[in-house]
Amino acid sequence: MKRGRSPLAEREPAFLVAEFAEPKPMLEAAKTLREEGWRVELHSPFPVKGMKEALGFTDRTVPHAFLVGGIVGAVAGFGIQAYANWAYPLDVGGRPLIAVPAFMLIVFEVMVLCSVLTGIATMFAKNHLPRLHYPLFDAARFHLASDNRFFVSLALDGCDEGKARAALDRQGPASVEKVGGELPE
Amino acid sequence: MSEKNLTGRYHRITGEVVSIPPHFPAPVAWAVLFGISMLLVGLLVVSVVVLLIKGPGIWGNNIPVGWGFPISNYIWWLGIGHAGTLISAMLLLMQENWRNSLNRFAEAMTLFAVTCGGLYPVLHLGRPWFFYWMAPYPSTMGVWPQFRSPLTWDFFAVLTYLIVSICFWYIGIVPDLAAARDRAAKRRWQVFFGIFALGWRGSGRHWVRWRQAYVITAAIAVPLVVSVHSEISMLFAAGPIPGWNSTLFPPYFVLGAAFSGFAIVTMLAVMVRSLLGLKDLVNDRHLDMLGRMTLATGLLTGFGYVAEVFTALYAGSYEYQTLIDRFTGPYWWSFWGAVFFNFVPLQLLWWRKVRVAAIPAFLIGLSVAVGMWMERYMLLVTSLYRDWLESSVNLFHATFWDWSLYLGFIGFFMAAFLLFVRFLPVISQFEIKEALEEGEKSAG
Repeated sequence: MKRGRSPLAEREPAFLVAEFAEPKPMLEAAKTLREEGWRVELHSPFPVKGMKEALGFTDRTVPHAFLVGGIVGAVAGFGIQAYANWAYPLDVGGRPLIAVPAFMLIVFEVMVLCSVLTGIATMFAKNHLPRLHYPLFDAARFHLASDNRFFVSLALDGCDEGKARAALDRQGPASVEKVGGELPE
Repeated sequence: MSEKNLTGRYHRITGEVVSIPPHFPAPVAWAVLFGISMLLVGLLVVSVVVLLIKGPGIWGNNIPVGWGFPISNYIWWLGIGHAGTLISAMLLLMQENWRNSLNRFAEAMTLFAVTCGGLYPVLHLGRPWFFYWMAPYPSTMGVWPQFRSPLTWDFFAVLTYLIVSICFWYIGIVPDLAAARDRAAKRRWQVFFGIFALGWRGSGRHWVRWRQAYVITAAIAVPLVVSVHSEISMLFAAGPIPGWNSTLFPPYFVLGAAFSGFAIVTMLAVMVRSLLGLKDLVNDRHLDMLGRMTLATGLLTGFGYVAEVFTALYAGSYEYQTLIDRFTGPYWWSFWGAVFFNFVPLQLLWWRKVRVAAIPAFLIGLSVAVGMWMERYMLLVTSLYRDWLESSVNLFHATFWDWSLYLGFIGFFMAAFLLFVRFLPVISQFEIKEALEEGEKSAG
């Protein structure tokens, strides 16, 4: 497994980060660049309406994870109650062992629990979080992405830096900066 | 041009919220309050240690009043917690933007109140160290919980509620922790916020997935609240006890819970804004809306009282006798106290002037908290103390240890809330920005 570069460093391309003062130009820039075929990401201090469309984001894994988690939870919630009543029958005045109405509350609670845990875990996993450091954090003004500035980043991934820079410049950003890419020997 | 002002406002909001922990505006007041809370936490520790050594005999619980303070306080605490979820989740789904100034600390209140509430039945077990017997796990004894009992439902409902509340609160706070991380100047704050922000970088794809998860969790949390407090009312309503055995109980409990919770949120809102000087972010509009919510849920709870009396009169016999015991029995003060503290000062909230005035709003909230505590006490004790066998009549009197444990939990709640206010962003700054942006778009 000994190699010159760590696998993590190999995965990370360099980025060009462009800063915008307002959300609307950021969305437009992201949309245009994406249509030109660049690998685009945007960064903003709050969710901006239209992000999904600008990024062409269609992934519905998270909602589906909630659904699947809920179904698994409901089945498991019922299953464990049914199993426990067979394994350890408590006959209370001849009432049915598998008392469906009495089981429903726990079915609901376990369904909710599994659904929420699965959904949120999926959200983090698909976002590749937690990941405490990311190359973009090295950009000089990137800390404003959680304040009042809006950023578009291009992953250079073997593309020509000059072309990428020109494409970004056409969108009229306040500034463009390159981060990552060079690895210390 | 207004957009330029908007980015300036965003910057001010970020500063106002995330600069609180590193540059706390009221260190002396905070230290005094925290000191008092920690004294009460000390009392809590002593009360629990004495309980573990001597057992529940130190309380006033007896036969037939086997539940006493632990269960009535449990319901009181959990009820308070529900308003946090309702404010946050229900108003998110209804796109009511005024929630954004309140949801963060209302949810924190939920977490701490549910923790206090959840510990009560565990301590009430007698041998609390065996609490895990309530969980269905394959034990060597081959014994399983009784799933047809509301006591087992309780375990699942409260545990689910606590975990879901923590998740909902935490994913809501992550972007603000990232904002705090990016602003932190001192190393220890950078590390603290850096770790808990999980590396959040405001990426567009992250926001979309985050939004999906947040909204769905909210949509699930609302029926969860209803299920949890309905289930708690089943602890009562599923038993053949006059004064309890009523289909009215689930909605009556849920509304009473929301009522007491809104009252406490009002108190905390007044406290947070005066302690932290957040008068722009938590403004008159928020107090006004909280006042209206308190009034509305209060009147609905009042309807529950009327319906309860009607049911008892309509049923007659034992139910009627319990009603008379509530009106004129040895615990008359708890019934009339509940009626007075819940509904009399509440009527002042019809006036906007009262709703937006900090001190009256705080005092009405306090009155409701007291009134709802009396209601839970009254419902529990008056139905139990007098059964229809002479051998099953016994008055309940709270002892010193009942009160000390209760005060101790209040101290724990206050201490936890103060720590939250001191170290974390108390207001959801990114959601306020989002709402401003949306408002700008719809206005322009």
